[in-house]
Amino acid sequence: MRRAPGSAARGPLVAFMVKEVQHILRDRQTLTILILMPLLQVVLFGYALRTDIQDIRVAVVDPTPDYATLALRNRLGATDRFRLVQVLPDASRLETLFRRNEADVGVEVAPRFGTRLARGEPADIQIVADASDPNGGTTMAAYVNAVIDDFAGQMGASGGAVHIALDTRMRFNPTLASVNLFVPGLIALVITLVSALMTAISLSREKERGTLESLLVSPLRPWQIIVGKVLPYLGLGLTIVLLVLAAAWGVFRVPFRGSLALLLGEALLYTLVSLALGVLIAARTSTQRSAMLAALVGTMMPSALLSGMIFPIASMPAWLRPVTYIVPARWFIIIARGVMLEGVGLVNLWIETGVLVLMTLVLLVAAVRSFDARLA
Amino acid sequence: MTLPPNDEPAIRVRDLARRFGGFIAVRGISFEVARGEVFGFLGANGAGKTTAIKMLTGLLLPTSGEARVAGYDVYRETESIRRHIGYMSQRFSLYEDLTVRENIELYGGIYGLSDERIAKRSTELIARLGLHDVRDTLVGSIPLGWKQKLAFSVAVIHDPAIVFLDEPTSGVDPITRRQFWEMIYTAASKGTTVFVTTHYMDEAEYCDRVSIMVEGTIAALGTPNDLKSRYGAATIEDVFVRLARPAA
Amino acid sequence: MRTLRFLLRKEYRQIARDRMMLAQILVLPVIQLLLLANAATFEVTRARLYAVDLDHTVTSRALIDRLVSSGRFARAGSSGSMALADAAMLDRRADVIARIPRDFERDLLRVDAAPVQLILDAKDGAAAAVTRSYASTIITGYAAELGAARPGRQAFALGAPAPAAPRVEVRSRAWYNPGLDYQDYMVPGILVELITIAGTLLTAVNITREKEIGTLDQLNVTPVTRAQFIAGKLIPLWSIALVEFGVGLAVAAVVFHVPMRGSVALVVGVAAIYLVAALGIGLWVSTIAGTQQQAMFITFFLMLIYLLMSGLFTPLRSMPDWAQWIAHLNPVMYFVRIMRDVLMKGAGPSDIAPDVGILALYGALVFTLAVRQYAKRSA
Repeated sequence: MRRAPGSAARGPLVAFMVKEVQHILRDRQTLTILILMPLLQVVLFGYALRTDIQDIRVAVVDPTPDYATLALRNRLGATDRFRLVQVLPDASRLETLFRRNEADVGVEVAPRFGTRLARGEPADIQIVADASDPNGGTTMAAYVNAVIDDFAGQMGASGGAVHIALDTRMRFNPTLASVNLFVPGLIALVITLVSALMTAISLSREKERGTLESLLVSPLRPWQIIVGKVLPYLGLGLTIVLLVLAAAWGVFRVPFRGSLALLLGEALLYTLVSLALGVLIAARTSTQRSAMLAALVGTMMPSALLSGMIFPIASMPAWLRPVTYIVPARWFIIIARGVMLEGVGLVNLWIETGVLVLMTLVLLVAAVRSFDARLA
Repeated sequence: MTLPPNDEPAIRVRDLARRFGGFIAVRGISFEVARGEVFGFLGANGAGKTTAIKMLTGLLLPTSGEARVAGYDVYRETESIRRHIGYMSQRFSLYEDLTVRENIELYGGIYGLSDERIAKRSTELIARLGLHDVRDTLVGSIPLGWKQKLAFSVAVIHDPAIVFLDEPTSGVDPITRRQFWEMIYTAASKGTTVFVTTHYMDEAEYCDRVSIMVEGTIAALGTPNDLKSRYGAATIEDVFVRLARPAA
Repeated sequence: MRTLRFLLRKEYRQIARDRMMLAQILVLPVIQLLLLANAATFEVTRARLYAVDLDHTVTSRALIDRLVSSGRFARAGSSGSMALADAAMLDRRADVIARIPRDFERDLLRVDAAPVQLILDAKDGAAAAVTRSYASTIITGYAAELGAARPGRQAFALGAPAPAAPRVEVRSRAWYNPGLDYQDYMVPGILVELITIAGTLLTAVNITREKEIGTLDQLNVTPVTRAQFIAGKLIPLWSIALVEFGVGLAVAAVVFHVPMRGSVALVVGVAAIYLVAALGIGLWVSTIAGTQQQAMFITFFLMLIYLLMSGLFTPLRSMPDWAQWIAHLNPVMYFVRIMRDVLMKGAGPSDIAPDVGILALYGALVFTLAVRQYAKRSA
């Protein structure tokens, strides 16, 4: 006898896992989407989504063109970032340009600008920014402001102002690439999607179709059913995580400063939290549809919105910030960013890791309990 | 609704075939069903019964062959076919989240019955099926046997020329099955042609004629007595087992 | 028409009976709007500033005060040590370090120029860029004032009326959103995303569900035509999505005080056109999905495009050309833009006419495609 008596149940467990893997592989459409979606996100965040504003459309209001205003117009037009779209004789048409989305910034030059400068009188320039997007508006106005400031200096019209040269360093992310910030969050999202959402749906489907009952009367123990259900998704999730990491590093050179082993270990921990959540949801809902909805609202939404993945937690209102503490993804993202972007080790991340361990324990106990209670 | 008065049979099928990729589900079957006949379409699971019924009802396009249902071509005249047939699928397919009355009303409306006709038929049906107490209950919460009887009644609400029943009695108790067959006879006595698939061999004895499908072909076709004497068997079940064995 | 009436009645009954669905339709979007408007924000809050002042003069201290009193920066600490400052940033106690070198004031007086170093934690690149532009504006303004008030220059002119130095005075104005309220900008766009996702998902899941339970086959063997079936499905969902949009607008006005400078009737009218496209996409999803689960995952995939390629969070024109192309194929992009233009800038029908035309065309196209794809029988 090769098999020890204690391992008699290994046979059915393996058979059950094989069935689960076949399930996953057979639904090609879902599998394709599961793999393509994170990769597409890496590409979009790496290539397409930029917060830096490159192409600012400037309209100049110049009631009395003269040597000085022409110099200003040339200066604005010659700047890489700007595109001079129109020169208007008065400010009345500016509003229409903004409303039709044809200009972003208006530069209103005061009448007799050159004459005033020559006489040594103050000459006004007003920058009007379409600030419906407050960040974009502020940034565009600052760019235009800097160029005009420079222009005034060249014209010898700085009013004797001194020049404070601002030397900025963008630490940790000199190119301001959003993909760097995003990849750690994406890893969290992939794990949530595969572990929590897919597990919840697949388990509740077996419940709905009654196949779970036949599993329960089989020699499989409840924990084995959970393990058999969960392990294939765990494998799938980690595979996709590695794919994302490879794409991020290979294509976008997203830095990886820390230890890969540490990151994978933490990813495993986070996967456990998500799986426990998925099992908990499946145990507490009765249909596929309600499981889907609960998983979406209970796991996907908070992981995407309240984790700091895309939107900084510091920007949230004070009442919302405490809520983020109970979102597991928040803690995992801090860890993943720390390991990948800052290269820190477990020493700096033990609090976050501790929180995840605690969450895993609580959720696992709750999941196994409600699974037993519902089905026993 | 009755068929146009000519001598075309209710269903005529010649060399009808359907292939799914490399798998041939139906390999060139031919048969005719006379008007007013109760025609049993037997076969093991996976023999190709449901595929055949889907081609005849216009849910699935045949790969080759000819078929005319109610005198109309299954390739080009499916919309005309649909006006003359009723269909009850293998899966229970009334809306579980509508009440008994609402389901009757919906299908009555779809088949173009007038409001008075719908009201009359639904009172009639509910009385006949003994569903008076549950007429405003969601269909999802009434017992399966009742549901099946209701589904059949809804499938023939417009008095179709032909009704297709795909395993209508699977999973119901013997008493309900008997009542179900009484309903089938009632419909047939009014001139409706009944095309029914089943894997209960005792039900085959109730049919005027039966065909037995094995692996996509019709292995035998005739009246139940015909078949029994041809194969020297006591029951249709024995005939079936004899035909299916060499294949298995 | 009679058939359609029966189909519609059936659909409305089913919807009214399905608590989950009702919750999904009416409550969830409101919650999502409340949550998203607060959570999905790139609003750049006060950056925590650590000052390393090596100059210790009135001028250098005034510069730091200037930054802090602007309200854009909060003091997170100060010392003369870069090492301490770096440690503060590593511990996430500071977002910005301002380093003022020794001889800052002296250089300004002697050579009219002096450097200031600003080190930003740029892990969040977008926020860092905005913070940099705040700092740049404040410091430029400070420099201009220093120059104007500088005693040295004036001393020359004692006794005689000094020839005034020519001076360009620059003022900045933020139109349409003078308070720089981020929610005003985001809420209309988020509302568009919500009704799009809800509309697409509802349609796709609703039809695939009938496929899964077999009632679709039952309908397909009846004389119900494709057009009747699709109209029977879409009219109820369309009306629900439109109601949802109305509720969302009310929440936007009452809870978030989003300005409604343009005509509300105009945006509701555009929504009615737009929803045909959004639901048409859902219909198309249902023709390629076999199960509810698949329908949901395909919708998720679309959601990515809906959200990321719509200019909702990041400016469209910053994207490379190929990405802008994709964005121009995304109906969400047009409606987000229309909502912002009408509500914030008060754009009228003639301003948004081109975009509305594209949406109408889009709806017609998607709809035709989906109807053609939807077959009463499988080939």
